[in-house]
Amino acid sequence: MWGRGHPLPHRGTMRNFLIRRVIQSVILLFVLMSFTFVLTRVTPGGPEAALAEAPNVQQADLDRIRERFGLNDPLPIAYAKWMSNAIRGDFGRSYHYLRPPFDVISERIWPTIQLGLVAYVIALLGIVLGVVAAYHRGKTPDLLIRVFTVVGDATPHWWMGLVIIVLLASTVGWFPQGQGQGGVWDWFRHIIVPATILGLGGLIVYTRFVRSQVLEVLSQDHVRTARSKGLKEGYVAQWHVLRNALIPVVTLLGSFLPFLISGAAITESIFNWPGMGRLFLEAATTRDYPLLLAILSLGTVATMAGTFIADVMYGAVDPRIRYS
Amino acid sequence: MARAATVAITGVEPLRPAASMGLYARAWEKLRHDPITIAAAIGLFAIVAVTLLAPVIAENVLHSSPDEMMRGPDGRFAILKPPGEGFLLGTDDLGRDALTRLLYAGRVSLSIGFMVAFIAIVLGTTAGMIAGYFGHWVDDVVNAFVQFIFNVPFLFVLIFLSVIFRPDVLSLALIIGFFGWPGTARQVRGVVMSVRNLDYVLAAQVLGATNRRIMVRHLLPNVANIVLVASGFAVAAAILGESALSFLGFGVQVPQASWGNMLSGAQDMFRRAPWLVYPPGVMIFLTVLCVVLIADGLRDALDPRVK
Repeated sequence: MWGRGHPLPHRGTMRNFLIRRVIQSVILLFVLMSFTFVLTRVTPGGPEAALAEAPNVQQADLDRIRERFGLNDPLPIAYAKWMSNAIRGDFGRSYHYLRPPFDVISERIWPTIQLGLVAYVIALLGIVLGVVAAYHRGKTPDLLIRVFTVVGDATPHWWMGLVIIVLLASTVGWFPQGQGQGGVWDWFRHIIVPATILGLGGLIVYTRFVRSQVLEVLSQDHVRTARSKGLKEGYVAQWHVLRNALIPVVTLLGSFLPFLISGAAITESIFNWPGMGRLFLEAATTRDYPLLLAILSLGTVATMAGTFIADVMYGAVDPRIRYS
Repeated sequence: MARAATVAITGVEPLRPAASMGLYARAWEKLRHDPITIAAAIGLFAIVAVTLLAPVIAENVLHSSPDEMMRGPDGRFAILKPPGEGFLLGTDDLGRDALTRLLYAGRVSLSIGFMVAFIAIVLGTTAGMIAGYFGHWVDDVVNAFVQFIFNVPFLFVLIFLSVIFRPDVLSLALIIGFFGWPGTARQVRGVVMSVRNLDYVLAAQVLGATNRRIMVRHLLPNVANIVLVASGFAVAAAILGESALSFLGFGVQVPQASWGNMLSGAQDMFRRAPWLVYPPGVMIFLTVLCVVLIADGLRDALDPRVK
């Protein structure tokens, strides 16, 4: 991970950087949680708005519900109660599931992680595409790959998913829906299409980034020297070009995580994938605020972790970066 | 740089701009001879024109309106009719003409796209200039906002805000726009920081120019090209973002059509009416493609290193 020959950043600097980032992250999370909680309280039409429209609900029932979920407390008290519980990981009870949000989330997070991991593997294929494009600069493979990235940039990926579903349904009469339950093959054929759609954004980013990295290294003197020494091209590629060009790729490792989290909501909704993204959409539609706030906070922690990893990696692979 | 290779492939002769030409004159000269950018510009113009003329086209050519239940030649309501006679792109489950709705949806999607980009660019440029020019705590405050936006899962937050505020088109654009400015702000800040201590800026300060005047007259021209290119990519991102949000049901609300929410309607009945799935997606794709190609062309044309 710490590229050989690259000195570690000065220890004190690194530690200070880490500490400062952690403090920043905690403040950010606190601000976001406070902000979102207050918003759910000061705007009209909470969860009981949906209930009030139901025919058999009496005012007394509504009052009981409000009391039970603590919706009658004045804002400062409600906020203090909620925040002190939330810090301990207790986000109350989901209005819909009547269980602690993290209970529900723990059932739905595993499918999302599976989807994210496979999507990540798909995205990593961009490294191969980038290397191929760079080595064939200006020729047909490069051109095809460039067309692919431009088209991929301009298409809503979730729409591609929709089109694939329609095409599969009308040709073979089968389309990926939910998770496969019948063994490895079934699992694979259910996950591969949504994961490809989810990984497409990362695939394109990796392809572009790796192409420009490889081209940059190819133009450097030490590569020309290696070639003029008569080293075999494969050897040069492995030891002089790719080693240098691919080290910065790890910086993208973390920055892809936020992307996966946001992308999961829409991909899961199209492919009926029983993950956290769809859970969030369900909670949003039913105005299940405790669940909504819990997932939002969790998503923020994951996003922060992603950018954090990206920053640390960036310094780790480039000794010129100083954590100031 | 990327475009330079494309130009070479497409066989356009390399340009030799006169040394005396300014940045923008040279960029224009390059753009005029760049077939891809020209084609993209024509394409975008056509899309904008067709959607702007939607009411005229609907009334005089298609004889329909976006919310009207259409009748087929036999006089019965045309519900879920496949593309063909009378309905070029078919009809949806409420018997509405898909082509008419597609045109009207374009008005909504495009105007949100341009509004969001405008908001994001204005916010980003202002924040970036102020942060870069004043530095110190001002820079820290702007940076805190940038960090905040970079570190939240924006789609989740957008959905959350949409649930809370039930936005109309304008407030939707404001909400999306608010999450789009940090990238521009960072770029602008970088440039401003690199020029703010040059002699001509110091000279202006010594002569007693106000901060506002220095920023507008002396610093803004330096970032104009960055902002121009960033606007293009911002429009593309905004159109994609709006379509995703509307598709999920948290953006533009029915019965008002947008390309995104037309697709969410199409998803619900793709077995019975697969033809509804293609046109809105193709329109999003073509629009974003044109915008991205124009922005790409602009970037290369405005890059003084690319000859």
